[in-house]
Amino acid sequence: MYWGSVSEFLAMGGYGLYVWTSFIVTALSIMWEVLALWRRRTAALADSRGILRSIE
Amino acid sequence: MNWSKYSAPLAFYPLAGKMVPWFSVVAALIIAVGLYIGLLVAPTDFQQGDSYRIIFVHVPAAWMSMFLYVVMAIWAGIGMGLKARLSFMMAQAIAPTGAMFTFLALLTGAMWGKPTWGAWWVWDARLTSELILLFQYAGVMLLRTSIDDLRRADRASGVFALVGVVNIPIIYFSVKWWNTLHQGASVSMTAAPKMATIMLTAMLLMTFGFWMYSIAVILTRVRCVILERESMPAWSNPSTAPEVAEAR
Repeated sequence: MYWGSVSEFLAMGGYGLYVWTSFIVTALSIMWEVLALWRRRTAALADSRGILRSIE
Repeated sequence: MNWSKYSAPLAFYPLAGKMVPWFSVVAALIIAVGLYIGLLVAPTDFQQGDSYRIIFVHVPAAWMSMFLYVVMAIWAGIGMGLKARLSFMMAQAIAPTGAMFTFLALLTGAMWGKPTWGAWWVWDARLTSELILLFQYAGVMLLRTSIDDLRRADRASGVFALVGVVNIPIIYFSVKWWNTLHQGASVSMTAAPKMATIMLTAMLLMTFGFWMYSIAVILTRVRCVILERESMPAWSNPSTAPEVAEAR
């Protein structure tokens, strides 16, 4: 473990704003993509009744 | 095992479904370890301070943005060469994820540029060509949605994607070919060997994690695309009614 305390970790040597914005926006984008796909899948399944019966 | 049967979208659908959980679990584990090493174990950079930690999302995102574009173009090329519908579906499924990573590369780049260069954005060859890549992804997706006939939409967006591949070496070599503010390739980082190794480990883990994540997400999306396309009414599905399309 490199950091001495939690506040030191959050401060990122004064670059906290830039570092955390990068990581948080990346995390949010990934979560948004997964959520959007989940909803798209639900919609696609609802509109496709019957199609999958032939293969599953 | 007869692999060619999986070129049929509805045969590939369950296979893709079986692969998704594995890639998802591996992605989550690898990204967790990468974040742990990158944020908690790796020491501060002697030159850039802790702002350098942005590298652990910036470089993997930028690599994925270029890699996914090439893979998308290859699928589009195969689709046109072999008239394979699943290939076009793969190309369609890759575009949004590629665009997302391009956006993230640009955004995290701005977050890194401000503290190190003093500017969120500069019209430097690397940054400009990466911004053009974002427009290329947008073009590929817009061409597909703006043409009603699916076969023509696939072909138009496929040609656009293939032509745009010329930008990939331009992005990659821009830091060599031009005098850019953007630093050179970071894989050959010249810090103290031990530091470089642990930083490199975190960066490669994040890259591998993003790669596995991309596969999981793209396979899930291609399943959606298969469902959407295969459940279209026959008259609007060119693959089942080529004569109708010809007659028009």
